[in-house]
Amino acid sequence: MVNLTIDNKKIQAEEGQTLLEVARQNGIGIPTLCHHESLEPSGSCRLCSVEVGEGSRAKVVTSCLYPVAEGLVVKTGSERVMNVRRMVIQLLLARAPESEQLAKMAEGMGIRPEPRFKASEDGNKCILCRLCVRTCEKIVGVSAIGFSSRGPQKDVCTPFHEPSTVCIGCGACSYACPTGQIEMHVSPAGDVRTIWGRDFKMAACKVCGRYFAPEDQLQYISGRTGVPVEELMACSSCR
Amino acid sequence: MTSKIKSFSELKQLQEKIKASRDPQKLRITICVGTGCLAHGAMNVADAFSEEIDRRGLSVKIDFRKTGCHGFCERGPMVIIAPENIFYQHVAVKDVGEIVEKTLLKGEIIDSLLYADPQTDEKYVREDEVPFYKRQTRTVFGMNSKVDPKNLEDYLAVDGYSALAKALAMKPAEIIREVVTANLRGRGGGGFPAGRKWEETSKAAGTPKYVICNADEGDPGAYMDRSLLEGNPHLVLEGMIIGAYAIGSNEGYIYVRNEYPLAVENINIAIKQAREAGFLGENILGSGFSFDIKVNRGGGAFVCGESSALFASLEGRAGEPRAKYVHATEKGLYDKPTNLNNVETWANVPFIINNGGDWYAGIGTDRSKGTKIFSLVGKINNTGLVEVPMGTKLREIVFDIGGGILNNRKFKAIQTGGPSGGCIPEEYLDMPVDYDELTKVGSMMGSGGMIVMDEGTCMVDLARYFTNFLANESCGKCVPCREGTQRMREILVDITEGKGREGDIELLESLAASIKDGALCALGTSAPNPVLSTIRYFRDEYEAHIKEKRCPAGVCKSLITYGVDSEKCTGCTLCAKVCPVGAATGEKKKAHKIDSDKCTRCGACRESCQFDAIIVR
Repeated sequence: MVNLTIDNKKIQAEEGQTLLEVARQNGIGIPTLCHHESLEPSGSCRLCSVEVGEGSRAKVVTSCLYPVAEGLVVKTGSERVMNVRRMVIQLLLARAPESEQLAKMAEGMGIRPEPRFKASEDGNKCILCRLCVRTCEKIVGVSAIGFSSRGPQKDVCTPFHEPSTVCIGCGACSYACPTGQIEMHVSPAGDVRTIWGRDFKMAACKVCGRYFAPEDQLQYISGRTGVPVEELMACSSCR
Repeated sequence: MTSKIKSFSELKQLQEKIKASRDPQKLRITICVGTGCLAHGAMNVADAFSEEIDRRGLSVKIDFRKTGCHGFCERGPMVIIAPENIFYQHVAVKDVGEIVEKTLLKGEIIDSLLYADPQTDEKYVREDEVPFYKRQTRTVFGMNSKVDPKNLEDYLAVDGYSALAKALAMKPAEIIREVVTANLRGRGGGGFPAGRKWEETSKAAGTPKYVICNADEGDPGAYMDRSLLEGNPHLVLEGMIIGAYAIGSNEGYIYVRNEYPLAVENINIAIKQAREAGFLGENILGSGFSFDIKVNRGGGAFVCGESSALFASLEGRAGEPRAKYVHATEKGLYDKPTNLNNVETWANVPFIINNGGDWYAGIGTDRSKGTKIFSLVGKINNTGLVEVPMGTKLREIVFDIGGGILNNRKFKAIQTGGPSGGCIPEEYLDMPVDYDELTKVGSMMGSGGMIVMDEGTCMVDLARYFTNFLANESCGKCVPCREGTQRMREILVDITEGKGREGDIELLESLAASIKDGALCALGTSAPNPVLSTIRYFRDEYEAHIKEKRCPAGVCKSLITYGVDSEKCTGCTLCAKVCPVGAATGEKKKAHKIDSDKCTRCGACRESCQFDAIIVR
């Protein structure tokens, strides 16, 4: 066991845990945007920044990646930390002003947009948190989407912005997206789902007849698990 | 080709044999064909020498050597005639016949090809008398002019690979102790003590262990690593092999940017030669130690010089950094213990082994040891690569070695440490240059780039320029760097266009502080430096732009107007002829005028005017 102090509270943690895990276990809230407990930490949004160490050796680190250590002194709400958080939120508000989720988060944190940053007008709500790309790669195992370009031009997309041939239309990227950028459309009849510029034919539940999953996804699951597709043809309510 | 050397004594014998076969009094033409001189047309000159020597049947009497960069790039193509080491500069193809006829055959000096001091007009005959070289300590870089980088025998003739033989007879821990004693600090930017890094990697659990040479030098205007790798690749290899033995690594990589074709070519040739001679591969020099090196070409992203991004790129992924809360010495390339040093750091190692850590620690300042190669560029007379002991005064580098500011203009500031370094104003010209002193004044050592600026440089525009570079080179992974540098650039562009607002300076400062605290890697945490250092030393220029809508240096186009000083104007009509938009007009022999509505502020009139009659307000 490792002993450390977070916000003047003495805490015991297990070796190898991150500061974010330990803080949350102990009821200390730290905001995040690019973190998901099912995924390895990425350290890209920097919202979970905290201050470790004291005096001239104090430094700001990302709690999602920083491992606990014996005797560590952590501050989750110091002035430096709050400045980083405010900056991150203000920069993202200017990048994705149309994201309602982001606006709500900012409001909850008492952060207002910085008027000097010219708000983006392209309607893009993506904040490049990478949750979608990591979910597609690590959880779904497909890697249908990735990044193109770098810096401010960096973009999440399918290869060459063409309809992906490996995407299974599962929509995990859309569920993971914290800002509502990745949209998934369903036809009025429910038999076609459109995502990343490609239409996916939906399979109907053999029991209730409801369209419940793309055929490509069922085939992918069948291929991965060895369970015949016919056995997968029931929706979660009828299974 | 050298056949495989199987023991230390065989190496010694071979070195002695090569030396004995070379007469130090023999006539020799050495020409620099480093990248700078190549751009000056040095290869044509070299070819002309070859032809001339053949035509006259002098190939037995005269040795001819093509080498890498000598450093005095401003004066290329450069030729040195041994044994007297006569130094000819700006040599053209048309001079070749005369040099062979007069200097080589008759021993006469050709006055017009000698270097003349721009201030005093004094001429210098021998290379080592030229002030540019005389005031340097060229321990590492000086070897470049003694070896043909494609010829292993040249390197062996200057006792090359002796340090390796010496090291292989030592215990790994003893080697590390020497490097720790030397207090060699990383030359790539961070300045981390190399000995400590080696020690940590050697003690780390896990195999294989990797040794990497970072040759992804990406700072605009910096080319010392390039020139070392191009000009003396075996020196870098020797350092790496010694390091690998000390650390316990059998696999090494050189990550070099593809924009350095000559470096890629020469290092590959050197690796092949080293394998054939038994310096790389199985059972090196019969010691039982095995090590080999692969060359990886980088795609040219600035961020790939950052160690963790470099690892990602080597592993075949996009060059994005990762948090380094666990050091690369424990988990680096492929999550294995990895020791990464840059080209210049590795090149210092053979000297430390040959002369001892104490010798090395005797050069430099308290906490910065040895010599450092700087690339001196910008508004300076002697553009080139300069090697001086740590602690040398900035003034000495800029004025004594660099020959002062171009066109006798006034020094304004010097940007050290590359785009993410900082600018240092005139008041600090007498500061000693080392890692800690540079950090104290808000700049950094970086990889050793030095960009000199004169009074005609606008410091806000300069900050905009570097911030633009860094914003474009941000990998885009973390928010502070990707979005923050972009917003800093936006504000700086506004200020230079006369759209700056009250509070912009304060906003830049707070943005900069949070980017420094919040960014993921060193590219991000150092990205605010140009903004912070220009605000620190030239706040009045920012204020003039914002409050008075005025650019004191006369650079920012939106804030300046061109006019004619009617007293000075002679009516020569040259400005009217060069003006591309017809804004400058006037009758012959009468003062001209510039129509500021038409004027695009391109500056062509000012450049062309012989009478200093164009005024910028």
